[in-house]
Amino acid sequence: MNPEQFFRASGLIIVAGKGGVGKTTVTAALAVAASSVGLRTLIVEVEGKDGMTSMFETGGLNYDELILVHAAEEHAGVRARTLTPDDALLDYLSGRGLHRISNRLVKSGVLDMVATAIPGIRDILVLGKVKQLERTDEQDLIILDAPAAGHAISFLRSARGLADAVKVGPISTQAEEVLELLNDRRRCRVVLVTLPEETPVNELIETAFSLEEEVGVALGPVVVNGVLPPLPGLEVDPHAAADETGITLLDEEPELLAEAGAFRRSREAIQRTQLERMADVLPLPQLRLPYLFSSELGREELDRLAEELLTGIHALPEGGGA
Amino acid sequence: MTTLSDVVDASHVVVCCGSGGVGKTTTAAVIALEAARRGRRAVVVTIDPARRLADALGLEGLTNTPSRIEGDWPGEMYALMLDTKSTFDGLVTRYSADPEQAGRILANGFYQNISSALSGTQEYMASEKLYELAEECDYDLVVVDTPPTRNAHDFLDAPHRLAHFLDHRLYKVLMTPTRGIVKAVNVAAQAVVKSLSKVVGGAVIGDAIAFFQAFEGMEEGFKERATHVDRLLSAEETAFILVASPKADTVAEAAYFAEKLREHDIEVRGLIVNRMQPVFGQGDDGMALGPEAARERAHTLAGTAIGDHYTCLADARQLARGEAENLVGLTDGVAPAPVVRVEIQPFEVTDLEALEVLGELILGPVEP
Repeated sequence: MNPEQFFRASGLIIVAGKGGVGKTTVTAALAVAASSVGLRTLIVEVEGKDGMTSMFETGGLNYDELILVHAAEEHAGVRARTLTPDDALLDYLSGRGLHRISNRLVKSGVLDMVATAIPGIRDILVLGKVKQLERTDEQDLIILDAPAAGHAISFLRSARGLADAVKVGPISTQAEEVLELLNDRRRCRVVLVTLPEETPVNELIETAFSLEEEVGVALGPVVVNGVLPPLPGLEVDPHAAADETGITLLDEEPELLAEAGAFRRSREAIQRTQLERMADVLPLPQLRLPYLFSSELGREELDRLAEELLTGIHALPEGGGA
Repeated sequence: MTTLSDVVDASHVVVCCGSGGVGKTTTAAVIALEAARRGRRAVVVTIDPARRLADALGLEGLTNTPSRIEGDWPGEMYALMLDTKSTFDGLVTRYSADPEQAGRILANGFYQNISSALSGTQEYMASEKLYELAEECDYDLVVVDTPPTRNAHDFLDAPHRLAHFLDHRLYKVLMTPTRGIVKAVNVAAQAVVKSLSKVVGGAVIGDAIAFFQAFEGMEEGFKERATHVDRLLSAEETAFILVASPKADTVAEAAYFAEKLREHDIEVRGLIVNRMQPVFGQGDDGMALGPEAARERAHTLAGTAIGDHYTCLADARQLARGEAENLVGLTDGVAPAPVVRVEIQPFEVTDLEALEVLGELILGPVEP
């Protein structure tokens, strides 16, 4: 599938996955990939985390937009901002004539009370604000780095919950509009991220089914992060492999190579099993990202991951992105 | 030198903390299991909604009360999965003046939101459960797996924050009989409530006010309990153990966590780094084939089977070195606390046997 077409299939991509699977990295890589095929991309981060900026080697992230990749010949540009629930709640109240007292509302704890009285209101306000951004012409694609998996479901379910609970008034309208956004596959898709290991895959499968059934949101391809690149030569014993090429292994080398090779193959076997199991259970295409052996993740690594995503998207069947 | 095993042996409570995805739940289970193998009566509280611990223990569904895990060990092991709401319900029942008051609170919509959806409630109930098991039951060791909180404050302050929330001045004002100066304040507060009601709906605000009315008189009990929980968390027999992985971002989060604990005058008593890349041969120092040398041979021999072998070794070496570098600051920061590095295992941890293998890696062999 053509990558530009893939990214243009919806104006919003929500990236979700359990903690530790590299959700933020995947968000960043998707943004770089989209920008490189001509989409002005905005990353929205909702937990007030700052991990994103070190990858782009820029300053800190906050409520104001920050440019992560400048628009240039080969890039349409990536911008990023945070949008925490508190930001959204204040934004919402001040938009409704409570601006003057909004500071007092925060200090006196009334905001906490409101948020407790209506669970999900913070989430719905974040999504409401995202919907508002989505309606503007400031970018071609918004990529939302969603809260960690367990919370992602309640985050996305908040719209339905509120729409059912509150039948009239501005909150109800907001919930209905967010629900419309989530249920429209031409406007919004969820991309789930996982690692090729048993527990993350289990959680991914559970999350995928609850999102489809309880939220009714369209799922894009699954991004599998940290897949070991294949090394077919490991099938051959180091001694035999050395003989094939006509070189001699010194001292402890054969043992060292055999040990490292056996370990890698056992990890690969686990990965293979999990990837196959996931393909069996979930009828979603997979985009695989290679395991990076470098301990730091900077712009260079990000560009490489974006490149891998584009290759993976190319290989998807037509219409496989939606 | 103090080992992690010494730390656990000397503790009555172990709190496992760290970011998500580092094996915190499994580690907590391992610590409880090892205590049972050492003849103690141990219980582990898990908070993970994915029921991973239940899987590893071969239990279908853990509940909010401890269930005994059968196994071939001299001690006893119990496990439970924290149910935030029923733990909170238990507290309400305990501190209410009569069943009628408890009933009114439990049925209130606002209360139901607090007990299930308010942020911090899970942390609060985790420490509440911990307190209940440590002080009111007969366990030698209580291990608690904390919610994947980024900030130690969230966990440590949760009881007070909630107690404060329940005891808020504003609600008092709303409910005080309107006389004199209080009346003026009340009028202003009522105005705020009135404008809020327009935006969010009158029913929800009414529910909230009804809750605080019903809750009247119980705040003191809650506050006192929070103070007790506090005392337990900072007690000498309570050990905070950091769980991390060697990835740069989780190391940074663990360091941040340690710093916040220190602000609360709590020292990290141990650090467990899970999922370490194995170091083959003698390690990075003076090894025959370092990452650069291996990589160079891989390049020269690219496209051959032996080239793949060198790539494999180079990848492993490079990763191991990067991980060691990532960990330097953190291990120095928690010193003199013992640090245990656990290599990635070539198996998935899905049963008791696997937990025992990990147990020996983390706490050493059980002495006869």
